[in-house]
Amino acid sequence: MLGYLGIGFAAGVVERAAGMSYAEILLLSMVLYAGSAQFVLTSMLTLGTPAPAIVLTVFFLNLRHLLLSAALAPALRAVPAWKNALLGLQLTDETFVVASSRGQLSAAWMAGLNLAAWSTWAVANVAGAALSGYAGDTRALAFALPGMFAGLLMLQFLSHRVRFIALTVIALSAGCGVAIHQVFPGPWAVVGAALLGASAGLALQRWRSARNS
Amino acid sequence: MEIRPEFLGLVLACALVTAIPRVLPLVALSRLELPAWLLDWLRYVPLAVLSALLAIELLSAGRAGLPAIAFAFAVAAMTRSLFGTTVAGVAAFWALS
Repeated sequence: MLGYLGIGFAAGVVERAAGMSYAEILLLSMVLYAGSAQFVLTSMLTLGTPAPAIVLTVFFLNLRHLLLSAALAPALRAVPAWKNALLGLQLTDETFVVASSRGQLSAAWMAGLNLAAWSTWAVANVAGAALSGYAGDTRALAFALPGMFAGLLMLQFLSHRVRFIALTVIALSAGCGVAIHQVFPGPWAVVGAALLGASAGLALQRWRSARNS
Repeated sequence: MEIRPEFLGLVLACALVTAIPRVLPLVALSRLELPAWLLDWLRYVPLAVLSALLAIELLSAGRAGLPAIAFAFAVAAMTRSLFGTTVAGVAAFWALS
């Protein structure tokens, strides 16, 4: 849960610097509860972006949860649908990484993980907001987001046994992401590149096991 | 200490569009038996999403971004700590820019 502190703290600093009240920061962190979306919403608000455009961007940005949620579904098959709906509401990149490293999951275990992450996130946001005035350089703190992505990516990479396939997926997704982003700036770049990269990983894995058998 | 009505509306709308992709597959797919290829494919998804997000983030981070992330990767590989990696990334970025 410590990773949450760094990112949440940074989010609070940036949100406060953008002129949000403490109540608004608490609302944002507990109701939206999505790190990258909060950074994006904050930066778009300060740029004076109209609300519908912000909502649309957040939607596309968070579309990737479709893939995370679908990936967790088999591990939570034994859980009733209404409980899965509640558990899914609090799904994040970070809790996904923790949860997907264990086999079958119980609803109670997942709810515990969710509540721990949720409360840590809200506290970290408010703490960051409280210290915002002292933190001078908010640009460096906003780098907490890519810093956290780097940590999550390394942990995911180390969990893959066939390193060359994992490296291909990383290189292809990063390369395609940048290329698509240059032509069509927007959240589709992440979705498109991720679909391509993951499909290439599956194709390589199939090709490798066909060759070895 | 107050919440602007238009801010409340924005947050609720964002939360709603976020809830749909978070909840829908968990409710719908838990009932189904997923084929093996789909499970294999889903194992590569976080790797792919994180790589694309990180690469696009780095485009706007300036010249200090790439070396700072390289440093963060090294710290992550050695410590396996998310918090340590985040702090190391921010510190390196701050020192380099």
